[in-house]
Amino acid sequence: MKFGIVVFPGSNCEADCDYLVDKILQEQATYLWHADKDLKGVDCIILPGGYSYGNYLRAGSIARYAPIMEEVMAFAEKGGLVLGICNGFQILTEAGLLPGAIIKNRSLRFQCENTLLRVEQTNTPFTNACTQHEVVKIPIAHEEGAYVADKETLERLEKEGRIVFRYCNEQSEITPEANPNGSLNNIAGIMNVQGNVLGMMPHPERCAEAILGGVDGEKIFRSILAWWQGGAGR
Amino acid sequence: MFKAVVTITFKKSILDPQGTAVHKALTSLGYQDVEDVRMGKHVEILLRGEEQEEAEAKVQEMCTRLLANPVIEEYQVELVEVQV
Repeated sequence: MKFGIVVFPGSNCEADCDYLVDKILQEQATYLWHADKDLKGVDCIILPGGYSYGNYLRAGSIARYAPIMEEVMAFAEKGGLVLGICNGFQILTEAGLLPGAIIKNRSLRFQCENTLLRVEQTNTPFTNACTQHEVVKIPIAHEEGAYVADKETLERLEKEGRIVFRYCNEQSEITPEANPNGSLNNIAGIMNVQGNVLGMMPHPERCAEAILGGVDGEKIFRSILAWWQGGAGR
Repeated sequence: MFKAVVTITFKKSILDPQGTAVHKALTSLGYQDVEDVRMGKHVEILLRGEEQEEAEAKVQEMCTRLLANPVIEEYQVELVEVQV
C-alpha cells in the first residue's frame, strides 16, 4: 500500500508518519509537496501535524488553498482515504471536508501530554483493528485543539455515528476532567459522511513503538492497511 | 484605491477563551463593571480600483473565502476611498 504524506511549509510531523509507514508498517511512503498537483498514485493521504504556513490567520486556513489540496479534495470525493492529524484535522475542517472548526484550547496553552481516547466506532477504515469502546493512549501536542460546531452539526455527528474518538478517563468514562482542551462532547476525532476522511487531534504516529511509551497509534495505521487489503487494493 | 478594514470576531455562540482571560484580568485590575470581552482580528486591505460596489463585493468574497470562517466567526467591513 502506498501512503502519500503532504508537506506544507511548516509541517513538522511528516517524518514521523514516513517512519511509521516505512519502518513499522513496512509499506511505501512518499511525500507530496504542497505546491505540486500530483498525488503520485497513492492509496491513502496523510495530512500531518505542524504549523502549515505558520498557522497565520487561522490554523489550516491558508494550507487549505494550497495547489495539492484541490487534488486531495477530489481524491476524498472519490472515496480515497484521507487521514488528517492535528494540523491536518484543522486543514480538513477549513477545507470543508469535515464539519465544524477547531479553536484555541480552553487553557490558552500549548499542551503536550498523553490522552486517553475511547474508540466510539470500529467499523471504519481507521479503527477496524480496535475493539468497540477500547481505550487507547495517544498523545496530543497542540495549542488549538478545541473542536466546536453548532448544535445541529453536533447532533448530526452523534446521530450518524461519526464521532470516532472521544477523550475519556481510565474507566473509559467521558468526563469534563478527561477533556484536555475544551472540545465539545469531548470530541477528539470525527469522520465524514462516507467514512473515508478522518480528522483527529491526537498523534497516532508518535506512539507506534514501545520505546516511545506506547504502541496504540499503530492500530490506526494497521486498520488503514487492513481496510485497504480487504478491499483488494480498492 | 480603497482601504477596507475588516473586523472578525467569534460568533456569540462560540466561547472565546482569550476574551474570557482578558475579562478576568480586567476584573482583577479592579474593573468590576466589565460585562463582557470579545477578542477579534483586524485586517486592513488596500485595494486597487475605482468602483465602490465592485470593491465591496470583492472584499466580501475575500471574507467568505479566507479571512473569516463562517462556522465560528462573523465579520464587518468598512470601506473608504483613499488617495494614492
